[in-house]
Amino acid sequence: MSQRDEPNVITESTRIKMRELAGRYPNSRSALLPMLHLVQAEQDEVTTEGIAACAEELEITQAEVTAVATFYTMYKHSPVGKHHIGVCINTLCGLLGGDAVYERVAERLGATHNGPSADGNFWLERIECQAACTHAPVMTVDWEFMDDVTPQSAVDVIDKLAAGEEVWSTRGPMIRDFQATEHTLAMAEDDLATIGNCVDEKMLAGLKIAKSGAQQ
Amino acid sequence: MKLTPVITEHWDDPALYTLDGYKSHGGYEALAKALKSDPDAIISTVKDSGLRGRGGAGFPTGLKWSFVPQNDGKPHYLVVNADESEPGACKDIPIMMANPHALIEGVIITSFAIRANHAFIYIRGEVPAAIRKVAFAVKQARAAGLIGKNIQGSGFDLEVTVHAGAGAYICGEETALLDSLEGYRGQPRLKPPFPAVAGLYASPTVINNVETIANIPYIVDRGVEWFRQFGTEKSPGFKVFAVSGHVQRPGIYEAPLGITMRELLDYAGGMRPGAELKFWLPGGSSVPMLTADHLDLPLTYEAMAEAGTMLGTGTPMIFDQTVSVVKAVTRWLEFYKHESCGKCTPCREGTYWITGVLEKFEHGHGTAVEMETLNTLCGQIAGRSFCALGDAAATPYPAAIKYFSDEFTAATHTSADAQFDPVASYVFSGVRA
Ligand SMILES: Cc1cc2nc3c(=O)[nH]c(=O)nc-3n(C[C@H](O)[C@H](O)[C@H](O)COP(=O)(O)O)c2cc1C
Ligand code: SF4
Ligand code: FES
Repeated sequence: MSQRDEPNVITESTRIKMRELAGRYPNSRSALLPMLHLVQAEQDEVTTEGIAACAEELEITQAEVTAVATFYTMYKHSPVGKHHIGVCINTLCGLLGGDAVYERVAERLGATHNGPSADGNFWLERIECQAACTHAPVMTVDWEFMDDVTPQSAVDVIDKLAAGEEVWSTRGPMIRDFQATEHTLAMAEDDLATIGNCVDEKMLAGLKIAKSGAQQ
Repeated sequence: MKLTPVITEHWDDPALYTLDGYKSHGGYEALAKALKSDPDAIISTVKDSGLRGRGGAGFPTGLKWSFVPQNDGKPHYLVVNADESEPGACKDIPIMMANPHALIEGVIITSFAIRANHAFIYIRGEVPAAIRKVAFAVKQARAAGLIGKNIQGSGFDLEVTVHAGAGAYICGEETALLDSLEGYRGQPRLKPPFPAVAGLYASPTVINNVETIANIPYIVDRGVEWFRQFGTEKSPGFKVFAVSGHVQRPGIYEAPLGITMRELLDYAGGMRPGAELKFWLPGGSSVPMLTADHLDLPLTYEAMAEAGTMLGTGTPMIFDQTVSVVKAVTRWLEFYKHESCGKCTPCREGTYWITGVLEKFEHGHGTAVEMETLNTLCGQIAGRSFCALGDAAATPYPAAIKYFSDEFTAATHTSADAQFDPVASYVFSGVRA
């Protein structure tokens, strides 16, 4: 988490990464979305200083950066805390139980939609369809999948995170924290691709039938 | 009809996502073939295959590629649309997580065919699980000389950039995606010019869906005849169907186009115990719903259009008798309202008003007059919006009223939750919020 009593200085190492990102594209401005993820990776939110740094690196105005930073829902404008918790409330997940999951999680965290928990360690968000409807109801922790949750299993996950215990994504690696995920998004890679299983029974449902020969 | 795992055939190999794993199943053999042939011949092959875009609209892929002007002296780009954010769509993300090299091989072949030297894969930001797998595949492919300069001695150069979005459904619309990829707010552009002529950085650009591109290696490797033995004349090939909702075994089922929903439902184990199908949507919330009366229609572009709906993303959502249509439709409209980019008035204001009126129905306070109001509002959005998101927002209500008008009538005095106990729809038992 960023230290709120210190100025939000963007470090030189972040600046170097910003320049690396800008160099990936034929036109450097294309790096703006990744750069804003990088700001969140360093500062836990999109700060004024982060906006200024993006503007400076891309030689565009701060207003132009702000226009972009306020358009996309993943950019937050106050500190997220250690973990971002998303509960899918789009029709399929919501009606299959996501609504109940959201209620219980909100109660547990003392948070409301798109806001921090009572202790500032978590951020809660009602999220839209996560491209995982086969695994409904879906929750995300720092945007990693927590498939097929129930109100109880969701709260258990949060209790474990709060206690600093290990939690694994159901289709991905061990949960790190919000800022670590933002770094993955900024650089569009990390070194976790080989860790954790990301193909599960539901993704193999049809294949299993086809291979068993039990076809009509 | 039999299931036909092609893109999904080796998903049970835990090493499939690695280069060696993919190669052990014949991966990158299509690329070797492609690099020895003429780019135009590849475009012809894809045209002849009849492959149609899997992103929702079903536009013929080879035809789209042929719109790219050649020898125009401009750089060409391939942009893969991996924004998968349509409610109900959940097949591109699994493809990228399980078989990322099929996408990468498709990207290299497609870029070679359309003479692009830089390809971008725009993945929605909310799914690091897919982003890291695709990035890993790109890295391994680059290390093996499959991406970079002079690929396999062919003289063809290609750079591939993986790019994460930041949360905006509208960025799945191809021109909004381009603005987003250029570092702007993701708002649709006026067409024409079409991206094939003036797309990314005003240069000729092909934008294709993940599943579309993942089909390419198989078509190039196995040929048009093989591909066309699946599906119908107008809907050739196979489809990664993702079945979700109140079924026994929600999941991924790859089958030829033309399989019926009844067959797919059977494979998915049927409805959950004691449940009866109430309504279903063939491919995302943007396509009109159908009922049990439509279970025997073939899942093809043409048959779905004839039934007044669309195949869309080919990811059926199944709802049983416990679900309130009023509530489902209201929730979808809340989504469209949230995701409207605000560029044009009919969609920006219309989604706001429709949602407001629908919420009255959800709470049992609608009126007969307001059922007409909803019709009028939808009529004022459909066909009058800048992009297809507006049309999509005007779809759920008229579709629902066609089959379930009595439920809206009941919602003039009884709330959705009083008509249908929400707990009954949960897939876990007995838990109250
Ligand atoms: C609001 C909206 C959202 C869309 N989202 C996606 C998406 O997430 N993925 C996708 O491939 N196509 C999406 N599309 C369709 C694209 O505009 C485009 O038709 C498609 O990417 C073309 O690829 P294809 O021909 O391979 O299907 C969306 C369209 C609209 C209007
Ligand atoms: S229809 Fe909606 S999403 Fe599309 S341009 Fe208009 S306001 Fe934006
Ligand atoms: S509706 Fe929740 S993941 Fe699709």
